[in-house]
Amino acid sequence: MFSYCIEPDALATFQWLTCYLTTGVHFSFYLSFLNVLGILAVTAPIALSFGFFGAIAARSQIVPLSLLGKGYIAVVRGVPDIAFFLFFVIALDQGFEWLRHQALCPNWTDPIRQGNDFLVCPRAKLPLGTAPQTVHQLYAYGLAIITFALVFGAFAANVIFGAMLAVPKAQLETAEAYGMSQHQIFWRILVPQMWIYALPGLSNLWQILIKATPLLFLLGIEDVVYWARELGGTKTARFTSFPHGDWRMWYFLALLIFYLFMTWSSEKFLKKIMQKLTKGQDMAGTAMSTTRDFS
Amino acid sequence: MSCLETIQSYAMRSLGIGERLLPRSDFTLCEQFTLIGSGMIWNIYFGLMALCVGFFFATALAVAKSTTNPWVRKPAKWFIFLFRGSPLFIQFFFAYFLFLNLKGAFQFFSPFTAAWLGALIVLFLNTAAYSAEIFYGALQSIPKGEIEAADAYGLSGWHKFRRIIWPTMLRLAWPSYTNEAIFLFHATTLVFFSGFPAWQQRGDALYYASYFADKTFNPFVPYPILALYFIILTLIIISLSGLVNRRLNSHLPTNMRIQFKFRLNIIR
Repeated sequence: MFSYCIEPDALATFQWLTCYLTTGVHFSFYLSFLNVLGILAVTAPIALSFGFFGAIAARSQIVPLSLLGKGYIAVVRGVPDIAFFLFFVIALDQGFEWLRHQALCPNWTDPIRQGNDFLVCPRAKLPLGTAPQTVHQLYAYGLAIITFALVFGAFAANVIFGAMLAVPKAQLETAEAYGMSQHQIFWRILVPQMWIYALPGLSNLWQILIKATPLLFLLGIEDVVYWARELGGTKTARFTSFPHGDWRMWYFLALLIFYLFMTWSSEKFLKKIMQKLTKGQDMAGTAMSTTRDFS
Repeated sequence: MSCLETIQSYAMRSLGIGERLLPRSDFTLCEQFTLIGSGMIWNIYFGLMALCVGFFFATALAVAKSTTNPWVRKPAKWFIFLFRGSPLFIQFFFAYFLFLNLKGAFQFFSPFTAAWLGALIVLFLNTAAYSAEIFYGALQSIPKGEIEAADAYGLSGWHKFRRIIWPTMLRLAWPSYTNEAIFLFHATTLVFFSGFPAWQQRGDALYYASYFADKTFNPFVPYPILALYFIILTLIIISLSGLVNRRLNSHLPTNMRIQFKFRLNIIR
């Protein structure tokens, strides 16, 4: 990047580092941090809406719907989440391909599961074998985001379900006394008041979501973990003009600090919001806390 | 191979006892159940050891965090923040490469790069930090009256802590601590996906589950089996901790006892 970088072997340590840290691959590494932030920004609202509808389903009067909502919440909670991540990525992929297979190749007679293979007709492959590399990457991101949203949606559903129950009954009864319909009570009284009760839980969830992003690596995304492993590994002079030993420890230290900063700053920010929103309200028993256990 | 033979050859596979080669094709349900169950040995080992040792360190940390002396309080606070504020996954990676570097410098550190010790240390420090925060919260909410009563009886120092503060802290913290235990066991599944190598394919339950899922390209069998094992483990933990909870609350009328509530608490 700098003009003196042409002959790195001759440089002093500091200049060598400035050259080393501005190579092309390092910019991919820095970009992957933005990637993490981007995925957080996309996943959070989707997970929140999944959670909202999950909670509506769970408190529905219709029994199958309420069972579905409650089952969704319960199953995701009892099992290690990483198992879910590994499971959903394959399951979703196969599910989509199977649906496309049914729609696009109705005359296909071979079984889809042949021994240890999952074979759909070529036209149903996702993404298509002929698709460019970027489509493959986008598809991987899409699957990862849906997986995250599904798992975190269940947690959000749990929080929102609890928050809906926490809204004082008297508020709803008053609304009824004023002649509001159930629909009106839900949207005009319950939902606006529920958020304040949901906020401690949701901010907790946000912290957990931040800390879950390195798991993207397991879903086959070239994220911060991927790059830290790639760049940190031992490099010999044959393949790069910046040879170095095993520096993976330092790269992961950088990641550790990045995540500490993320959780620290969002904790500060969420505390501010909570203070602002609860000003003058009696919120006994719903104390703000970003710990996972006393929330 | 009958199912009994499969169990004989694979039940201890995760420890390196029995058949050396993993099944390669035509996986039976029995093989999947046996191997994934065999992997659970590691999950239970990691979880149990980290909890047992971490408990004492967590108590010390919680007490340190609630003292007034800043030289004691601040380090405890930073330690807790360090381990609670960063992802466990990254902690595993960092620790593994740290131990790898240390191993290059000192022979002493060579066992630390193996999962049984290296990952256990990370899990121990991690659960100590999370539990310390739980215990700290409990210490803050000990009823003033109990401490005043202890003072009035002339108890002080270690005696007051051992007889009054500690039991009450445990009683208040126990439901949350149970949650921590459950999710620590869930977190042990991360070990073999984060740098620490599964030597000779001796891995934990998730390691084998993903082995089967990769080989058969069918996630719908191994992962539900894993889920089943973990749900059983969770139920065992809940019932065991229920017994402890009863003992901790035995002096209270039933309506004043704190009940366990399964709370969300995932990835660390």
